[in-house]
Amino acid sequence: MAAGAVSLDRVTIAYPNGYEAVTAADLAVGEGEFVSLVGPTGCGKSTLLNAAAGLIAPAAGEVRIFGAPLQGLNRQAGYLFQQDALMPWKNAADNVAIGLEAAGVPRKDALDRAHVWLTRVGLKNFGDRYPHQLSGGQKKRVAMAQMLIRDPKILLMDEPFGPLDAQTRQIMGNLLLDLWAADRKALIFVTHDLEEAIALSDRVIIMSSGPKARIIGDHRIDLPRPRNALDIRLDPRFHEIQQSIWAQLRAEVIKAYGDAA
Amino acid sequence: MIARPTLLSLQILVAVVLIGIWYIGSSVPIFGTYFLPKFFFSTPQDVFWRIVKMFSGTTIWKHIGITLTETMLAFVIGSVGGVVFGFWFARKPLVAAVFDPYIKMANALPRVVLAPIFMLWLGLGIWSKVALGVTLVFFIVFFNVYQGVKEVSPVVLANARMLGLNERQLFRHVYWPSALSWMFSSLHTSVGFALVGAVVGEYLGAAAGLGYLIHEAEGVFDVTGVFAGMSILAAFVLIVDAVVTQIEKALLVWRPEATQKN
Ligand SMILES: Nc1ncnc2c1ncn2[C@@H]1O[C@H](COP(=O)(O)OP(=O)(O)O)[C@@H](O)[C@H]1O
Ligand SMILES: [Mg+2]
Repeated sequence: MAAGAVSLDRVTIAYPNGYEAVTAADLAVGEGEFVSLVGPTGCGKSTLLNAAAGLIAPAAGEVRIFGAPLQGLNRQAGYLFQQDALMPWKNAADNVAIGLEAAGVPRKDALDRAHVWLTRVGLKNFGDRYPHQLSGGQKKRVAMAQMLIRDPKILLMDEPFGPLDAQTRQIMGNLLLDLWAADRKALIFVTHDLEEAIALSDRVIIMSSGPKARIIGDHRIDLPRPRNALDIRLDPRFHEIQQSIWAQLRAEVIKAYGDAA
Repeated sequence: MIARPTLLSLQILVAVVLIGIWYIGSSVPIFGTYFLPKFFFSTPQDVFWRIVKMFSGTTIWKHIGITLTETMLAFVIGSVGGVVFGFWFARKPLVAAVFDPYIKMANALPRVVLAPIFMLWLGLGIWSKVALGVTLVFFIVFFNVYQGVKEVSPVVLANARMLGLNERQLFRHVYWPSALSWMFSSLHTSVGFALVGAVVGEYLGAAAGLGYLIHEAEGVFDVTGVFAGMSILAAFVLIVDAVVTQIEKALLVWRPEATQKN
């Protein structure tokens, strides 16, 4: 597995208050692989993704990026946050351009490329809008362009479409598939929506509920590509896969709510 | 929302009623007595003609100019100091922890008691008034900038880090704009306090300025002069405030509130 893009080896993560969120998680994501991480709310999906991003250091175990142990921030990764992460004081074009500017690209060139990216995510004439002037879906599009413009080798996405309505979610899913298919990168996609995970990914990883959450399932999705995130749901094979994964996930969800109640 | 013309006419109505009461009380005898004796309350028409007379000369402009200069200097110096120290304290928790009781103490001190000391140190010219204004402005800006840096959204910050921004770039693209937005949200207050510092300073001892003008009139029981000075001061404050509003609008376009007001 040394050649994989991201590999987690028996990673355990504890928060400063002593809460052990994830225990001995093993996960290997190959280059060009689209992997979804599914589990009940609060199980530790974001925690695990943050470990892959280098935002949290594991208490035990190791994170390796293209075979090299990760120290500090993961410079090869782009991260799409669950919450709004755009700089509210910069307009859409400046938000998209910032990653290039930080890397020393002259501002004018950075803005030119930002406009190309805004067009790619379907926001051609929205460059001068500030985040508060954009809808939830539009903000996610800007955030996607902001991440992708730097051309990171690994993409980490934390429930990026979580707060969007069902219709927008599916449109965004297709946009993501198109962008990802253009130059397949390693992608870890966190979601609590199993159907979304199956429709988009090559593999679906299931986490147990916390504390001390573990990875309890790893399902290969053998649906053909290119896919349409909407149409694929009508495929009989989609239904089969969903049934078999759901059976396992349900047990965990019930356990999570049982504990909370 | 009330329509603008309606609002404006209601606002003017309030002024007309108040001045009307003042006029009747001071100029129309009711049962042989004046309800608002002229010696204590002057009359609107006297105050009006006094203002006209003041503006027919040139000295009033000198006084306004002095007060404006003091206000601006106090605002600029206090703001720069507040921004620098606000940043420094926010980024260095140890410094903040050590100085915390002293900052609180200094801020709790009524600034008026400092005025005589500043006059002793800096003389009766503009700098003692500027110093008084600075002590007021500094703390407002300081606390706001401190808060602005502290309260940067951790998600925005993590995102900026993931986008490859180094410490210097984080300062410029994240901490600085956040601190500025907090500072600008207190712009009205800090400009107001700069003005208070200038006028109170002038009032307590000066040879020029609007505060001095009012104080001088009080010294000879010239109530008309006091009211004329106060009216000019009030108009001055309104104009300064309107300018600040315009600056605020231009600088905070990215804020939801700023756009809704337009
Ligand atoms: N900073 C923190 N300190 C302590 N516990 C935390 C912290 N952040 C998250 N947790 C806990 O860790 C668990 C996993 O959180 P998270 O990874 O955000 O879940 P998910 O993304 O799967 O919904 C939750 O029980 C949460 O309460
Ligand atoms: Mg999460």
